[in-house]
Amino acid sequence: MYIIVVGGGEVGYHLSKILLNEGHEVLILEQDAARCERLTEELGGIVHRGDGCEAATLDSVGTGRADMMVAVTDGDEDNLVACQVAKHRFNVPRTLARITNPGNETIFSMLGIDATVSSTNLILAHIEQELPSHHLIPLLKLKSGTLEIVEVKIPTGSGVVGKRIGDFRMPKGSAVLLVVGKEKGPFIPTDDTVLEAEDDVVAITSAEHEEAMREMLVGRQ
Amino acid sequence: MKVIIMGCSRVGAQLAGMLDAGGHSVTILDVEPYSFRKLPSTFNGVAMVGNGLEDELLKKAGIEDADVFVSTTQGDNRNVMACQIAKHIYHVPKVVSRIYDPIREEMYRNLGLDTVSPTKVVAELLKDRVEG
Repeated sequence: MYIIVVGGGEVGYHLSKILLNEGHEVLILEQDAARCERLTEELGGIVHRGDGCEAATLDSVGTGRADMMVAVTDGDEDNLVACQVAKHRFNVPRTLARITNPGNETIFSMLGIDATVSSTNLILAHIEQELPSHHLIPLLKLKSGTLEIVEVKIPTGSGVVGKRIGDFRMPKGSAVLLVVGKEKGPFIPTDDTVLEAEDDVVAITSAEHEEAMREMLVGRQ
Repeated sequence: MKVIIMGCSRVGAQLAGMLDAGGHSVTILDVEPYSFRKLPSTFNGVAMVGNGLEDELLKKAGIEDADVFVSTTQGDNRNVMACQIAKHIYHVPKVVSRIYDPIREEMYRNLGLDTVSPTKVVAELLKDRVEG
């Protein structure tokens, strides 16, 4: 694949190095002259000095035949525009933007960016996993719509402890997919499975019913 | 009309003063409070410090019932992103963006934004003067 990486900072550098090793054709666009020189020393002649948001620059590096654009500068708005120019002017089939403000996830997807990666959200998810909290930990957002796979530890005293899953008042479109028992280990639950305190539960739910699902699984009786 | 202007640049400040004098309700935003010195002393509108790309500030500025949103920061990309947020998320009826780069301006105009490229406008004015 021909992949254009906009932004030759630390993220752009390490990403490009890995992509090159995997055999992809990679081109880095970077504005800073000194940074370009360093990148060229490390990675060879795959660095082009220029503004990745400028159509003329993108044209000169053959963006029209690119399979993917990955914008990883530290400015959310620059990443948005680079991806939009690639998409609307050069018909690049897939665009991916790095975002630092997690609030921008929605607007980016509304504006046609195929995928976003928010380091803030990733770090947050890890922190939540480490903390003994009773939040639903988001594991995976399904691309097709609003469905989400989440994880939660059932606290002692939760209303569902000792109950059959079949008897739960499960919110619409939600289901328990996997139970990781403290002693039993992981297993696929049936309607007859009875949850115990401290079980880890992996469930699917929708954004709309997330709060109801949380309340059901961790709320007191 | 209720107007929000993002970016208290020379143009932003001038526009804010003109609209305010014309009887409109104007709120102007800038990340740098020092920029507000450019506002005319007669300005009666609201000047708010903060990043116009952030939801919270936009709501505080009253974007939900604004009639017009204009972005006049120094950065084309910031202007473009702010205007798209105003148009597509808050459905502000009239959204105008300054975009210096004529190529980017043309693209976003084709994508439905109302845009002004000072580069193009000024170059054309100068050309008329030179030839006229």
